[in-house]
Amino acid sequence: MTIFVFCIALFLIGLYAIVTKRNLIKIVIGFALIEYSVNLLFALIGFRRGALAPIITKVHTTHNFVDPIPQALVLTAIVIALGTTAVMLAIALRIYERYKTFDISKIKRLKG
Amino acid sequence: MLELYLFLIFMLVAGIIATEIKDLLAAVISLGAVGFSVAIIFILVQAPDLAIVQIVVEVLTIVIFVAVILRTTHIDETIKEKISGIQVLAVVLYGAFAVLFFIAMVRTLNNLPPFGHPIMKVANQYISLGLPRTGGANLVADVILDFRALDTLGEATVLFTSVIGVVALMRKIGRRQK
Repeated sequence: MTIFVFCIALFLIGLYAIVTKRNLIKIVIGFALIEYSVNLLFALIGFRRGALAPIITKVHTTHNFVDPIPQALVLTAIVIALGTTAVMLAIALRIYERYKTFDISKIKRLKG
Repeated sequence: MLELYLFLIFMLVAGIIATEIKDLLAAVISLGAVGFSVAIIFILVQAPDLAIVQIVVEVLTIVIFVAVILRTTHIDETIKEKISGIQVLAVVLYGAFAVLFFIAMVRTLNNLPPFGHPIMKVANQYISLGLPRTGGANLVADVILDFRALDTLGEATVLFTSVIGVVALMRKIGRRQK
């Protein structure tokens, strides 16, 4: 149980960056931290003490594997996290080209 | 399991540095430290596929971050300014939410099976049927490419959509000139 608290703590650090920081890059870093924390939580839930990685090396034996399903789901989530981060950074770069700042409190004026 | 806790603590420290440091390049390097320690934790919890993918994705993420920062600025100029009232309000609201969220998550995670003893009802089916049904020795690859292949198709769709989005945002041709 105590090991899951680390994941919650990393989630809360990322949420802190998203909610209170005013720099766009820091906000994207917060999103990345939240993604890491959730992926890590899933991988830790699937862990089994004393078990092996889910790759079959010997046929016709009893297998003692960790849970492969959270790993498969997290594999999908990691790649999607890369896509969302790339799109967020592209938007941040366009905002910088237009406004010459990453400070979200100065990005107020509408420009057509 | 001691090394697992060491890397978790290192991950938390690097995460705090990534959010609080003034230089954006240093923040991105700290984010890389978090990502690579997550990759090492994946190896420690017997998930080598995840570790490989995490390392590749982490390197790509850092490269994209550094490319953006080198084209713009690497100083976070919002750090040194004095704190306004709305920011204090944001921190207070965040603190209240964080306490509530922490209590709710601890109560929820207490209902999960304890660390190291997962419920493997579905997984036992996959483990016993994986090799005879699909012919693949790696069970994670069996799940993502055979049992749940539609899920992977959706993942590829999301990835290509994000690539199209980045290309559309970063295009030079067809943008209005000022």
